[in-house]
Amino acid sequence: MSVDVQDIVRRFGTTAALKGVSLSVREGEFLALLGPSGSGKTTLLRILAGLEGSDSGTVHIAGQDMTGVPARERNIGVVFQHYALFRHMTVFDNVAFGLRVRRQRPSSAEIAARVRRLLELVQVPELERRYPDQISGGQRQRVALARALAIEPRLLLLDEPFGALDALVRKEVRRWVRSLHDSLGITTILVTHDQEEAMEMADRIAVMQGGRIVQLDAVGALLRDPATAFVAGFIGEATRLPCQVRNGVAHFDPLPVLPLQVALPDGPAAAFVRPAEISVRHGAGTASVRLCRTEGEGPARLIVQAGDIMLDALANPGESFEKGESCRLSIRGSHVFAESGERAQGVPLAEVMVG
Amino acid sequence: MSGSAAALGAAPGRAAPIRAIPGFRTSLGITLLWAASIVVIPLLALLLRPLELGPLGLWESLTEPRVLAALRLSFGAAFVAALLDLPLGLLLAWAIVRLRFPGRGMLDAALDLPFALPTAVAGIALTALTAPNGWLGAPLMAVFGLKVAFTEVGVVFALMFVGLPFIARTVEPVLRDMPLDAEEAAATLGASRAQTLWRVVLPALLPTLLTGFGLAFARAVGEYGSVIFIAGNLPMITEIAPLLIVIRLEQFDYAGAAAVGLAMLALSFVVLLAINMLQRRLRRGRR
Amino acid sequence: MSDDALHTAPFRPAWQDRPWVRRLLAAAAVLVALVMLALPLTAVFVEALRRGLPVALEAITEPDTLAAVRLTLLVALITVPVNLVGGLAAAWCIAKFDFPGKRLLTTLIDLPFSVSPVIAGLVFVLIFGAQGWLGPWLQARDIQIIFALPGLVLATLFVTFPFVARTVLPLMQEQGRDEEEAAATLGAGGLQTFLMVTLPNVKWGLLAGVLLCNARAMGEFGAVSVVSGHIRGETNTMPLHVEILYNEYQFAGAFAVAALLALLGLVTLTAKTLLERLSGRNGGLV
Repeated sequence: MSVDVQDIVRRFGTTAALKGVSLSVREGEFLALLGPSGSGKTTLLRILAGLEGSDSGTVHIAGQDMTGVPARERNIGVVFQHYALFRHMTVFDNVAFGLRVRRQRPSSAEIAARVRRLLELVQVPELERRYPDQISGGQRQRVALARALAIEPRLLLLDEPFGALDALVRKEVRRWVRSLHDSLGITTILVTHDQEEAMEMADRIAVMQGGRIVQLDAVGALLRDPATAFVAGFIGEATRLPCQVRNGVAHFDPLPVLPLQVALPDGPAAAFVRPAEISVRHGAGTASVRLCRTEGEGPARLIVQAGDIMLDALANPGESFEKGESCRLSIRGSHVFAESGERAQGVPLAEVMVG
Repeated sequence: MSGSAAALGAAPGRAAPIRAIPGFRTSLGITLLWAASIVVIPLLALLLRPLELGPLGLWESLTEPRVLAALRLSFGAAFVAALLDLPLGLLLAWAIVRLRFPGRGMLDAALDLPFALPTAVAGIALTALTAPNGWLGAPLMAVFGLKVAFTEVGVVFALMFVGLPFIARTVEPVLRDMPLDAEEAAATLGASRAQTLWRVVLPALLPTLLTGFGLAFARAVGEYGSVIFIAGNLPMITEIAPLLIVIRLEQFDYAGAAAVGLAMLALSFVVLLAINMLQRRLRRGRR
Repeated sequence: MSDDALHTAPFRPAWQDRPWVRRLLAAAAVLVALVMLALPLTAVFVEALRRGLPVALEAITEPDTLAAVRLTLLVALITVPVNLVGGLAAAWCIAKFDFPGKRLLTTLIDLPFSVSPVIAGLVFVLIFGAQGWLGPWLQARDIQIIFALPGLVLATLFVTFPFVARTVLPLMQEQGRDEEEAAATLGAGGLQTFLMVTLPNVKWGLLAGVLLCNARAMGEFGAVSVVSGHIRGETNTMPLHVEILYNEYQFAGAFAVAALLALLGLVTLTAKTLLERLSGRNGGLV
């Protein structure tokens, strides 16, 4: 089902958790709401689920206005952050719950058959008789998903569902959930603060900050074309370098970094530089290598100190540096944001001169 | 589904606050009906009936020497009893949490006895114990010449019995959750065990002891069943305020009885408020 | 400390007192418990049996006593369910919802604990008594509330008002709202959520609350004393009967009935201790 959110505002007391959020999710899409804690992503999810009201704005699901429709009538599956499994019920009873509370309740044979099918689907059929505190975190996660799927939801909401899992299990469960989505085709919205998770799972990512969606795009586009300085800093690895624009040139003084040509008005600005965009060369300079780490085949990863800033950088293939060695830095190109929010691509001066 | 959506969505502008969990109105309705009919409206009567006497009549009704003596006894004895219960309650809580000895489990279970024993039962039992020929009364009389039953001492003793578990059970969980590292830190800094207890443990427990004191005091002020048997009920001497209410009711002086009741509540409220403020002060000083 | 002591003394953590101090404290605690707790309880049973078991049994099976037992059971049978329903509703809406006036309501529920039982009886006399607000109206219609069963029930309702709500509320709050919200997204209604999700999670605490409520309802003295009228065989509950016998110097009988009440208290106490152990365990396993 498609989801259409228009101008949602939600205040808690005097603070606004959502300051006018609009979002549309396509049918069958896997969308991630990504943002730091306090950005409003969980509030938005709870409003979609009908667990929270909004002060203004509308939510349409499959074209139908959801205003005033209580959670129990929305038919939306939710996997809660800590799963919220019913502690006093067996795994079987947990999954069966949504079928048993229906107004037209299926026969118990039918319920049993469907619960077993769902437990097969989430690959834990053997846990039927266990209680939630007798199974592992990863298993609970699967049970919570089966329980949400039991009501044949038209929309699936996942609230930080992998946060409680340890790193190894998390990776495996993530892939599995994504493949499950691909086979079931249920529109899914994932809330997460982990960019890696969002990038790995979602078709598109809505980046949230301070109660607003600052950019909604596919993963590649977010990396290629960050809309704001926040997105540039939050998505992918990037180091923020403050600079000063004068006559179309960004100067990094007092940092030992060569200036960039950039089409921005004069004034303070910041460049967001990804490791691969920095070129580090041997030679006397005021920058120095703090750490050089080679991992297998790829280029060595460097941490370079320039003034009081630590930069992540990649060495040229095959090159390696001594710890403490002084070096010279230049930037191959990066996104530069003026204080006004205006954005431009910074290009090395030399390149322009050559061109 | 769309029907209810239209009905609820009818209020335009600010969307109706959604309650995630259904069943709010029903449960609140039952709660309000229950609380209003059993507690709120009856207490309203207590608030309004004394007004029939008029301000002057109310004043006269409350400043009768017999009323003043009864209030003094109820509040004074409750205060002394709660005060005496403080070290005893602390001792019992400490024994349950920090010590291991045979009978500790029994002690833990027995501590709730004053909660569980009907007050009339406690009343006649304590009277039998402390009467001049009782197990406690006889030796106390012989050795110290102390008469317990049918005196103020007996009133205090009965109120101590009633209040003891309030203090012990308030202190116990706090003591249990109190991290031991503060005491270890004090030891590494060279404090003796006595210094540690006096300067580290006791101050940490002080707000809790105050809470327990307040609970024991509030309970003791209004106590009736466990006191009237042991008190002897001599007007002006061992007559407690609740008994005076009963006596006034028997004389059909409803407004006068309500006045005493209201005075008791008001005084308790003032004392509890003072305890609360003292506590806040203690807590603030800590930050 | 001498070397010798260092070698022989077992390690004592910094937070632990010296052994002799611990022994002294334990002895003092036991002494306090004996005098303040064990002695009064023992006295009840010793006094009850002072003139032999037959006398005690006779006192208990006397018609007036039996009437008192019946009345006490009847009062408890009415008050406990009322406070059970009210207390559960109150705990549920305070724990699971936010609404203006919630703190006031929470305070209100505790209020009867800090009101003298005599006042609990008094307030109903003020309303329903002969000179009460509704007194003349009731008299004209020949309806008896004070000095009759309804008065006993009302006064008992007041003093036992907080028990169920007080024991269940912290459990419900501790549980949070996650499970109820999950139930809502799965399509459950209010009553379904309450019965299938909330209630099973607090069942042992609830049982403890009901037991305490019942013990207080059967043992209440001050509040019912005000509204009872002390008519033997009619408006006399067990605790009131103890008083009457005691005042008539029938000590053996008074203590025999008191022993019965004390047994009720002991059973309640034991059951509560057991329930606390149970509720510490997972709800699903039991």
